[in-house]
Amino acid sequence: MKTTLLKTGLALGLTAALAATPAQAAGSLSIYHWFEYIPQELLDKFAAEHGVEVTMDTYDSNESMLAALKAGKLGSYDVAVPGDYMVKIMAGEGMLDTIADGELANKGNIEEQWLDVPFDPMRQHSIPYQWGSTSFSVNRDQYAGDISDTAMLFDPPDEVKGKINVLDSQGEVMAMASMHLGMPQCSTDRTQLKELDALLQSAKVHWASFGSDVAKDVLVSGDAAVGMIWNGFSAKGRAEGANIEYAYPKQGHVVWMDNVVLLKDAPNRDNALKFMDFLLEPENIAAVSNFAQYMAGVNGALELLDESLRTSPESVPPAGSAPGVFVEVCDQATQEVYDAIWTRLKK
Amino acid sequence: MSRAHDVRHMPGFGFLAVVCLLVLYLPLLVVMVYSFNESRSITLWGGFSLRWYAEIFYGPESPKFKTAAWNSLTIALIAATSATLIATSAAIAMVRGGSFRLRSATFGLITMPIMVPEIVTAVATLVFFSSIGFVLGYASILVAHIVFCIPFAYLPISSRLQGIESHYDEAAQDLYANRWQTFRYVLLPMLLPGVLSGFLLAFIISLDDFIITNFVKGAGVETLPTAIFGAVKQGIKPDIMALSTLLLGVSVLLVTASWWLGRKDSATHDQH
Amino acid sequence: MAGGVTSSGVVGDSFAAVRTRLLAPSWLVLLFFMFAPMVVMLIYSFLTKEFRGGVIWSFSLGAYDQFFLDRGLFGDEPPKIEWTYITIFLRSIWQALAATVLCLLIGFPTAYFIATRPVSQRTAWLFLITVPYWVNLLIRTVSMKFLIRDNGPLNEALLAIGLIDSPLALINTDFAVQLGLFYSYLPFMVLPLYASIERYDFTLSEAAADLYASRRAVLFRVVVPSVKPGLVAGCILVFVPSLGAFLAPDLLGGAKNFMIGSLIEEQFKGNAGNWPFGAAVSMILLTIVMLVLLVMARSRTRDVGSAA
Repeated sequence: MKTTLLKTGLALGLTAALAATPAQAAGSLSIYHWFEYIPQELLDKFAAEHGVEVTMDTYDSNESMLAALKAGKLGSYDVAVPGDYMVKIMAGEGMLDTIADGELANKGNIEEQWLDVPFDPMRQHSIPYQWGSTSFSVNRDQYAGDISDTAMLFDPPDEVKGKINVLDSQGEVMAMASMHLGMPQCSTDRTQLKELDALLQSAKVHWASFGSDVAKDVLVSGDAAVGMIWNGFSAKGRAEGANIEYAYPKQGHVVWMDNVVLLKDAPNRDNALKFMDFLLEPENIAAVSNFAQYMAGVNGALELLDESLRTSPESVPPAGSAPGVFVEVCDQATQEVYDAIWTRLKK
Repeated sequence: MSRAHDVRHMPGFGFLAVVCLLVLYLPLLVVMVYSFNESRSITLWGGFSLRWYAEIFYGPESPKFKTAAWNSLTIALIAATSATLIATSAAIAMVRGGSFRLRSATFGLITMPIMVPEIVTAVATLVFFSSIGFVLGYASILVAHIVFCIPFAYLPISSRLQGIESHYDEAAQDLYANRWQTFRYVLLPMLLPGVLSGFLLAFIISLDDFIITNFVKGAGVETLPTAIFGAVKQGIKPDIMALSTLLLGVSVLLVTASWWLGRKDSATHDQH
Repeated sequence: MAGGVTSSGVVGDSFAAVRTRLLAPSWLVLLFFMFAPMVVMLIYSFLTKEFRGGVIWSFSLGAYDQFFLDRGLFGDEPPKIEWTYITIFLRSIWQALAATVLCLLIGFPTAYFIATRPVSQRTAWLFLITVPYWVNLLIRTVSMKFLIRDNGPLNEALLAIGLIDSPLALINTDFAVQLGLFYSYLPFMVLPLYASIERYDFTLSEAAADLYASRRAVLFRVVVPSVKPGLVAGCILVFVPSLGAFLAPDLLGGAKNFMIGSLIEEQFKGNAGNWPFGAAVSMILLTIVMLVLLVMARSRTRDVGSAA
């Protein structure tokens, strides 16, 4: 406790000292981030405000970030931006540093609902970055009926059979399938697991492809009539002129949140905290949202969002729709069964 | 003479060569067309626009693209050159070095980089680099690229060398040429098409690499593929198409230059 | 052809004295930066997996057990032979073979055609073949996907000229994967072949023609045997990388079934996070390919021995 206080005091003192001389270069900041997920202007702004040299390295999936950090890159970055379940995994691996109380001046800006989240209780290691949902979209030129049902993916009507793209993402596909069957995500019940396996096997017959990067383009081009997709991605497809509608199925949908985490052995811990504070300012995080088309989790950011984003049908679930759930992190033995089901699905 | 020409000619081969070019270039036509798309889409046409080119040169990310292009081209050039030198030297030893015990093992070692899927090389190399304390950055990318370029340079060169009868170098050495002279004035001129093929393959394979580069690069060092793979949650934007078209432009300029030089060259050759 | 001066794979020994010095650079670079990391991977394949990626340093045959033995969905049934991964290997081998044949069918005539152009044009042709590869593979593959999709330009063009009545279903098929692999690796066939054919002595064709050999006979009985080293090099450069490829299978084939490349990818970058298994699959792949190549290399050296 004492050391934490001491650290905090030191950090605060340092921050104050550095803030007093913003013109001088105050070292550097090394970010490990998704591709194309932060506007360059914002990084430049941070660099100018704090006199910090910002370098960014990028990854293409949560798991490849984890693999690279485990293979030896931990210690070379200050912050990373893992998804919800990955925060929990990284914390469990001891890859995250703890943010002490008071170290983040803007921590109070975090929206109530994103403060005590299941993957990081009371936000000890992370702050919200962007959040959105995963469900599916339907090309309305090709199918006009009711789409508020996960059966569109797992027991599809004849019109769309063979014209379905699902995300090549085990966690999200399994979570949606579990919702369709009304079973928990990390089930240990063998009957349920066999049922899940059978459902995926029977649904696959009607699927044309697995694809994440191309999830938007196959819907826009009309190659897929139904496509599992992230809400912001679907909004972009609609903005390009495709007649696609994002569904909030009655069984539920997946919610995900990317978070900025403080990495263990961060070479520039103070600048990392400054960067987190910077991203907790409504106008800055709103700039990210307007760029990436996903929602922020910071008080006061909502008003600064583009009108089109704030009111888009993709970001506002219809009244009375089922709540979204996070992809859960199962224990090892359970996860191995889910991995086996996925392998059987794609063998 | 006319009959000799006749025997060389294989009916239909010219047609298939044209088919080959069509297959190679048709997808690029799509890239070029959509680089001028007004819309952000790469599948729906929204009218003609140069905005993505403006984005490349003046947009907020233009410094990133410029350094990435510079890094990619210099790495590809250095890696392909180094790999070609290493491969040429290895090929001479393998094809003109008589028989020796480690021949098969050496062949296995040289072709190893193409046998191992890239992601495995990527993880293994990163683990290895960090265990020996190799600082990740430009140099680590370069080393990794030289390694996986070697088999691509080696195979065309060694197969070419196998087609050159050994009595040429034997004759040269009978005339008291030393080994370097034999190589420089007898073997190398005959080997050149193989060397060029090997170099070109190594160059394009280095220019294209994403997986290994993304693992072994340090923070802030981008190459074109790592700068381009923005597709994940954003979808491919036409600015990438514009960037690709510009690269094509550069390479076409080089082709034209080489063709022009080649023509001048052969004009002087044809004198004798 | 025995005794012919252009018999394939001429091995001489004029550089035998400096052999070690000539091999030193490649040995050094590859032993240190390729072989050593692969030893790491070999060790990993015999370690215990760490949940969600990584390894625990205790010996385990778990990875190989998973590859060869099927213990049911819950891992408690008596072991049977596991066909899942063997199927994935066979599928990948089939796709890579088909791609190699496609590359050969188009690549050989192209290389031959280039080699018979006037000297001044040949280099330009080589560049012409490699220029498209300045554009990133991802972009090229996405464009290919755009071209061959159900209502894409290719189908529309074929419909317009009346060659087909309904769109060809190309996308998300095995053929699309083969087409993608073919497109990914075409120059890797053309260039080594060109390098060999360019060296070919066309007086041999004339001599054969003088002996009333047909064109076909000249091609298959004289030209092809003479350029065998280039043929082998091209096939290796297309077939082997195709085995581990994942971009074309994912984007054009719809990623509905694992290929070796995507299976391994999943172990390191996907949800499975099973490094020892990924390492084991790579080692099995490496062993198979290595064996095939060495057998080929052996038989080639023997050819040469008998020809000399």
